[in-house]
Amino acid sequence: MTEVLVLVDHADGTVRKTTTELLTIARRIGDAAAVFVGSGYESAKDTLGRYGATKVYIADAAELDEYVIAPKAQVLATVASSAAPAAVLITSSLDGKEIAGRLAVKLGSGLVTDATDVTAELTTEQSAFAGAYTVRSRITHGTPVITVKPNAVTPEPAPATPVEEKLEIQLPESATRARIVERQPRAATGRPDLAEAEIVVAGGRGTAGDFGPVEELADVLGAAVGASRAAVDSGWYPHAYQIGQTGKTVSPQLYVAAGISGAIQHRAGMQTSKTIVAVNKDREAPIFAMADFGVVGDLHTVLPLATEEIKKREG
Amino acid sequence: MKIVVLVKHVPDATADRRFTDDNTTDRVGVDGILSELDEYAVEEALSIAERGDAEVVVLTMGPAQAADALRKGLQMGADAAVHVVDDALHGSDAIATSLVLADAIEKSGDVDLVLTGMASTDGTMGVVPAMLSERLGLPHIGAVRELTVGDGTVTARRDGDVASETVQARLPAIVSVTDQINEPRYPSFKGIMAAKKKPFQTWSLDDLGVDADQVGLSAAWSVVTEVTKRPPRSAGEIVDDDGNGGARLAEFLAERKFV
Ligand SMILES: Cc1cc2nc3c(=O)[nH]c(=O)nc-3n(C[C@H](O)[C@H](O)[C@H](O)COP(=O)(O)OP(=O)(O)OC[C@H]3O[C@@H](n4cnc5c(N)ncnc54)[C@H](O)[C@@H]3O)c2cc1C
Repeated sequence: MTEVLVLVDHADGTVRKTTTELLTIARRIGDAAAVFVGSGYESAKDTLGRYGATKVYIADAAELDEYVIAPKAQVLATVASSAAPAAVLITSSLDGKEIAGRLAVKLGSGLVTDATDVTAELTTEQSAFAGAYTVRSRITHGTPVITVKPNAVTPEPAPATPVEEKLEIQLPESATRARIVERQPRAATGRPDLAEAEIVVAGGRGTAGDFGPVEELADVLGAAVGASRAAVDSGWYPHAYQIGQTGKTVSPQLYVAAGISGAIQHRAGMQTSKTIVAVNKDREAPIFAMADFGVVGDLHTVLPLATEEIKKREG
Repeated sequence: MKIVVLVKHVPDATADRRFTDDNTTDRVGVDGILSELDEYAVEEALSIAERGDAEVVVLTMGPAQAADALRKGLQMGADAAVHVVDDALHGSDAIATSLVLADAIEKSGDVDLVLTGMASTDGTMGVVPAMLSERLGLPHIGAVRELTVGDGTVTARRDGDVASETVQARLPAIVSVTDQINEPRYPSFKGIMAAKKKPFQTWSLDDLGVDADQVGLSAAWSVVTEVTKRPPRSAGEIVDDDGNGGARLAEFLAERKFV
């Protein structure tokens, strides 16, 4: 069978859940082959094998971490031109989409971004205009490059022992023109990663700056915390937690919107959530029109009571 | 210094956006605006020009009415506008768009900095700047929330997926900015009047020396096979908080097995 390349999204070898989703999709299409760029492969090895990577290409050179984006596109292009894969799958994130754009030009290939599913025949599904439409497409030229949104599929283990191939990558001068001079990893919160979380509890302007009730509900549910742009712009929560068109897109099993009106740009980032719950004191707020369950009330009383009740139920 | 800002005319997100019969975005029947995310790029160019000495050119590729997006850029304060317009461009994918924009940037001559928004608000792909970087052989820094230009270099604070990074590159360079970088200005009355007299060029594919069979719907490297309107999510049960709202919420979550 032909290989399907999956770019491994990892932090020092800790593989993100999105990569296990991509490996699961890759196995529908052909042989899952992981491409690991950076240091920490030893820590990544088990997870990649568990989710069915039969091959791993490893490009591990300190130099690769000094530049943004371009080195990863270079490594993928190098592998793709010798392995002739059926497709290249990349996580649909800011970085992932930049890598995909470069790769598509390098390979002379068609590109689909933000896929919410990919079939065995390489038909992609996307959601357009803030979730109002579903679009199916096919790439007709070159090696299909597809970026896939987090939570598109449930990762399924399929243990394999990957064959490892170490790559010697010579970065061309053109890949070294944007140099990273300083880097600050995001502070760990102890909560699940926003894009990957099964449950997200998000707060908006209605929190009036107090995210305590939102965080406490999130913690009893084991959820990630998100915020609307109004809350971020007010300086109440960091931008890295913004949900919507100019923030993260989430697609959790459960989304709880507290004190969020539900503007189109916010909906663009959460519309594909499976179950939506809203707490808002304005019965006319647009968020209620899409909520599976809603409470018209003050989040400062409703959330703490819900949190207490859940604690009681869980003993 | 010469700054080119890439802008896009998009259907207004608050209108009823839709597709046409050939499965392309309806750009005619729906009111269009300058993609809000591009306003941040225009603003950044103008503030660089105010601090130093720079010429700001707004550039777009799009149908006739896309000229409105350029006009908005001129009203905000850009010095000149370039509109790449040609019937053959209808239905172009990101690959073809980047091909045309790359040629247009080259034709503009002696460009030091290309600024763009983080993504368009219609297609939302956010890949064109990275593609331009490949095509033009220029460095690209994306997701930028802070930018300093000086001494032939750009230094940018980039909000990456897992880290915030400071990235440096020599000019000429391409930088895409997020909505965190500034607060775009509104056109002033004076700006609106002045815009009418500013240079406004229109280029066809011939002017760029681009072959018509490299662009447009028939040359796209992906095809949309099906577009379906999703049924709107129907509202579920909405209850008033009579002191019991929190308990009702917990009960709903328990029923759905979230607790
Ligand atoms: C180009 C562009 C990009 C954008 N990108 C994003 C994006 O990525 N993400 C995003 O979120 N927005 C984005 N926006 C902004 C968006 O248009 C809205 O302004 C924003 O989502 C509003 O946030 P909000 O719902 O928290 O605030 P509001 O709209 O002010 O709503 C606050 C809600 O809280 C309710 N409320 C108030 N007090 C209480 C209380 N005590 N208890 C319960 N409810 C209460 C109110 O009834 C109201 O419904 C973007 C806008 C533009 C133009």
